[in-house]
Amino acid sequence: MGETIVSLIGLMITASLVNNVVLSQFLGLCPFLGVSKKTDTALGMGAACIFVITMASLVCSIIYKFILNPLDLSYLQTIVFILVIAMLVQFVEMVLKKYVVSLYQALGVYLPLITTNCAVLGVALNNVTDGYSILESTVCGFATAVGFTIAIVILAGLREKMEYNDIPAPFKGMPMVLLTSGLMAIAFTGFSALK
Amino acid sequence: MSSEVKKGALGFKANTPAERFFNGLIAENPTLVLMIGMCPTLAVTSSAINGLGMGLATTFVLALSNAVIAALRKTIPSTVRIPSFIVVIASFVTLVQLLMQAYLPSLNNALGVYIPLIVVNCIIFGRAEAYASKNGIVPSFFDGIGMGLGFTCAITCIGLVREFIGAGTAFDVQILGEGTVVPGVVGSLLSGYQPISIFIQQAGAFFVLAFLIAIMNKVKSNLSAKGKDTSKFGNGCCSSAEEAAADKIMADKEAGKEAK
Repeated sequence: MGETIVSLIGLMITASLVNNVVLSQFLGLCPFLGVSKKTDTALGMGAACIFVITMASLVCSIIYKFILNPLDLSYLQTIVFILVIAMLVQFVEMVLKKYVVSLYQALGVYLPLITTNCAVLGVALNNVTDGYSILESTVCGFATAVGFTIAIVILAGLREKMEYNDIPAPFKGMPMVLLTSGLMAIAFTGFSALK
Repeated sequence: MSSEVKKGALGFKANTPAERFFNGLIAENPTLVLMIGMCPTLAVTSSAINGLGMGLATTFVLALSNAVIAALRKTIPSTVRIPSFIVVIASFVTLVQLLMQAYLPSLNNALGVYIPLIVVNCIIFGRAEAYASKNGIVPSFFDGIGMGLGFTCAITCIGLVREFIGAGTAFDVQILGEGTVVPGVVGSLLSGYQPISIFIQQAGAFFVLAFLIAIMNKVKSNLSAKGKDTSKFGNGCCSSAEEAAADKIMADKEAGKEAK
């Protein structure tokens, strides 16, 4: 039991900081660059991502373990996973709207944006490639999304400060955000010593 | 007006195979002009070979899924078109994945999870929605080929720049730095080069793309200063939908605060 917990904590650190989903794997770049103007919205997006990616990792890994793998259909994983994720996001949205109104008000607006987030599918596929168990996949999904939240909130904080800076005209907007992300990526490579 | 032939990109007749081909390759290059599909552009351009492989895989999926979607455009009801497009695209992506595993295992290992992630590449879905669902099979197929090769050229070039600066190689041939293939005096001069390895790491991808977009912004402002149409140019990423949604959320929040 103790060993399992230690290995899960190791997995969490690796998934959230060392192999940060945006800065070292380039997944989920669109919301990372698009929703990072304000820390408020960045936090909301991060929370919605934590919710959806954890659920999607759990559901996809159950489907893989009990349906695709026993029936020798693992080549269908891309098609099945993308449909499951699209369905799951819709389903979560409907359930929250009906039963957990307060959570829906906080996260609801971000949910449709997450279907197009390649991090969700990327994490589900990576879990299969790495041969994680259902528990490990869920923990890995959660930690990956936490890593995404850390990165997007830091970037949003930096962007709020950068608004007052004098930036050369061609670099205004996206190029400056990308340069900032590049510097953040350098900083995050420091975590690779934790491995 | 109806007797007039509609002019397409670069003076070709609109919607012919040739016009579609050059439209995707040059006039509406997905990476350099429209600026969509940035995730794979950043992720797989650590070398020119990887960029080329990713580009060709995307071209294959794009051309065939465009053709199939164009063929089915009258059968698919518009309410369920998005899931239908996803299934068509995902089928071709699976096909590419299986073919690459069988015949190009080393490239498949290098590209890894980014091959199945072609499914969520916005170039493919964007073309299905914007072009293939409204046009015939042949122009849609060539639209896919043109767009795909435009993407391939752009990411191969980005990969080449990163590889050349970051490792001193071009298509895995050592040109700068120690062990250069260039003979003689020039070779001994070139062998003194110290590769800037940050360029083939993750941060390099962000830096190269930042400079690329800055250059395109400059080109855009020069073109609009000359009075040319720049409405096709993207604003830097496929994230414009996200950005619009985020702006709306903030506006709603502020409106809510004022109402209180």
